[in-house]
Amino acid sequence: MASTNGTKQPLLEVRGLRAAVTATGQEILKGVDLTVNVGEVHAVMGPNGSGKSTLVNVIAGRPDFAVTAGQVHYAGQDLLAMLPDRRAREGVFLAFQYPVELPGVRPWQFMKASVDALRKHRGLPEIGAREFDAMFKAAVKEMEMDADLMKRSVNEGFSGGEKKRNEMIQLALMEPRLALLDETDSGLDIDALKTVAAGVNKRRGPERSVLLVTHYQRLLGYITPDFVHVLVDGRIALSGGPELAHELEAKGYDWLKESAGTAR
Amino acid sequence: MTQTATRYDRYQADFVHFQKSLSNGDAWLNEMRQAGVESFSKLCFPTAIRGNEDWRFTNVGPIANRQFAYPFEQASVDAAQVKALSPWDDGWVNLVFVDGRFDQGLSTPAMNRKGPYIGNLAALSAAGQAAARQHLGRHVDAAKNGFAAVNTAFVRDGAFVALPDGAADLPPVHLVFVASRRPQPSVAYPRILVVAGRNSKATLLESYVTLADGAYFTDGVAEVILQEGAQMQHYRLMREAAEAFHIGTTQVRQEKDSTFTSISFARGAAIARNQLHVALDAPGASCFINGLYLTDGTQHIDNNINIDHLKPHTTSDLYFKGILADRSRAVFSGRVIVHKDAQKAYALQSDKNLLLSDGARINTKPSLEIYADDVQCKHGATAGAVAEEAIFYMQARGLDVETATMYLVQGFAREVIDQIKLDGFRQYLELYFIESLPKYQFRSKNQGP
Repeated sequence: MASTNGTKQPLLEVRGLRAAVTATGQEILKGVDLTVNVGEVHAVMGPNGSGKSTLVNVIAGRPDFAVTAGQVHYAGQDLLAMLPDRRAREGVFLAFQYPVELPGVRPWQFMKASVDALRKHRGLPEIGAREFDAMFKAAVKEMEMDADLMKRSVNEGFSGGEKKRNEMIQLALMEPRLALLDETDSGLDIDALKTVAAGVNKRRGPERSVLLVTHYQRLLGYITPDFVHVLVDGRIALSGGPELAHELEAKGYDWLKESAGTAR
Repeated sequence: MTQTATRYDRYQADFVHFQKSLSNGDAWLNEMRQAGVESFSKLCFPTAIRGNEDWRFTNVGPIANRQFAYPFEQASVDAAQVKALSPWDDGWVNLVFVDGRFDQGLSTPAMNRKGPYIGNLAALSAAGQAAARQHLGRHVDAAKNGFAAVNTAFVRDGAFVALPDGAADLPPVHLVFVASRRPQPSVAYPRILVVAGRNSKATLLESYVTLADGAYFTDGVAEVILQEGAQMQHYRLMREAAEAFHIGTTQVRQEKDSTFTSISFARGAAIARNQLHVALDAPGASCFINGLYLTDGTQHIDNNINIDHLKPHTTSDLYFKGILADRSRAVFSGRVIVHKDAQKAYALQSDKNLLLSDGARINTKPSLEIYADDVQCKHGATAGAVAEEAIFYMQARGLDVETATMYLVQGFAREVIDQIKLDGFRQYLELYFIESLPKYQFRSKNQGP
């Protein structure tokens, strides 16, 4: 699934990445190596506490984690040297596991500000209100979101599923080169799951890569990844194709925990 | 005591001069002024440290220690400047007072005849005088409040809004108090009397704005009486200079089934106090008091709200929000008293603060005193910094820390601003609020790579 001519172009290169909780110093990532090429969809699976969410959050720049060793390159640049907002403007998008409520901040204004920040970064003028409004409405419709809800404050009073749909609306508007999906499937009913999966599938293509984190195989029934990685105790214990997800569904994670232990 | 006396000599000397300057001395007004000056001589300003619970967190020493001159010579100000400074709409009834003195040229001609009277207190007909006399000075307790006492001593011009029973479809009434640029630090005594007749409906906006910088003192008094079934939308804008002093005393008396909805916005002033007392004096009386205040530098803003539930089935709902930067300080004191007879009272109060720097301080003191047994009351207060989690979320959407903080601060304020039903004022605040946001020093761990 890499580029059609067979030459793989790396978009994200993670090398020996170690990261700890900033507040406590507890190490979560213990040396992760991962390459995501342009246009590829990678799924990271693993048991609770294995560091899946930490991995995508560190890539996005969440300050709760401190990188203690290793490197992350994105489109050839040192991603770890960039502020989180710079990473976003360069095309890295994190769909949050727990989207944050922003009281008094209107979705339309907020998302237009995001789109404008990205455009400014690329030397483009602000998007016209009408043009943005059309994009906004189309994204709200695509994600089957209640339009009235989008007149309130960002994520405020949204159900779990509505918050996840709202993340996908933002993904649709920001058109990232690298989409990081942090347990986007958790808390979704089957209809919402299908909508979200369709939204991701629609955006698959040579200009976008996806790194999605999930605990269950469920989402992978709708989004077929090119590669599956299993994270155990802060390291990638196993990588494979989409069939690996099915194997994990059948066998669970325990056998990997044992082998990760012995491999040390 | 002799030392205290000297500190206030200026007010006493100006009062003597002021009395001489009055051409027509109505006996009842002269008596009121005399009583005011006598109360002031006894009370002075509440500078005591000990046993002064009501002023515990607000030191008015800087006001007492300065000499503020009474503005005997009336200043003229430019209409365009006043319109630019205040929320202004030519369709409103605008009364303009410069340093407390009525400016007829800038004001909408007084409305009277059978309808409402909206005009200057100092230019009343015999009937108007009789109406004003029933209420002026009767609600604010000048014998207990030095600021109200000295205001009463100097009472002359002022806004008198008298709405007849059933009055409705009136244009909004806008009372503009402008501090002019004067050669020496001066004091102004804005005075307002509002008597809303039975089942009348009105919108009232008080604006305190300035053409001056440096130190000056605004000492205002407002008395508002809502008769049975009256409904009032009340707004108060304080936009004083950074070094100014502002003490506003508002006394509201509500009769049966009347509703008083008030939203205040406070910005500027070295020391400001918005002192509001509402007496819910009959069943069915309800008040909704909202406020938003912004401080920076070493400013100090004190919202001192007292609600008396005197009768059954009365409602009060206080909701205040503050945004504090630098080393500024705010005080919120909400004292709600549910008296013995006030069964089925419903009282809510809340004060929420956003602290934009480590040096900012809030003293919030919501208190409920309940002497009835069948009541519903709730109070709460919060103070916190901008949430790091929210900042990161917005950063992950491409916004830098400064922009993200601005959105969050605006969002915090929007909850109050959105409630303003007077379009001209809401639109004014939406713009002015952004422009007047404190220059925060927001330090975040999100800022470093």
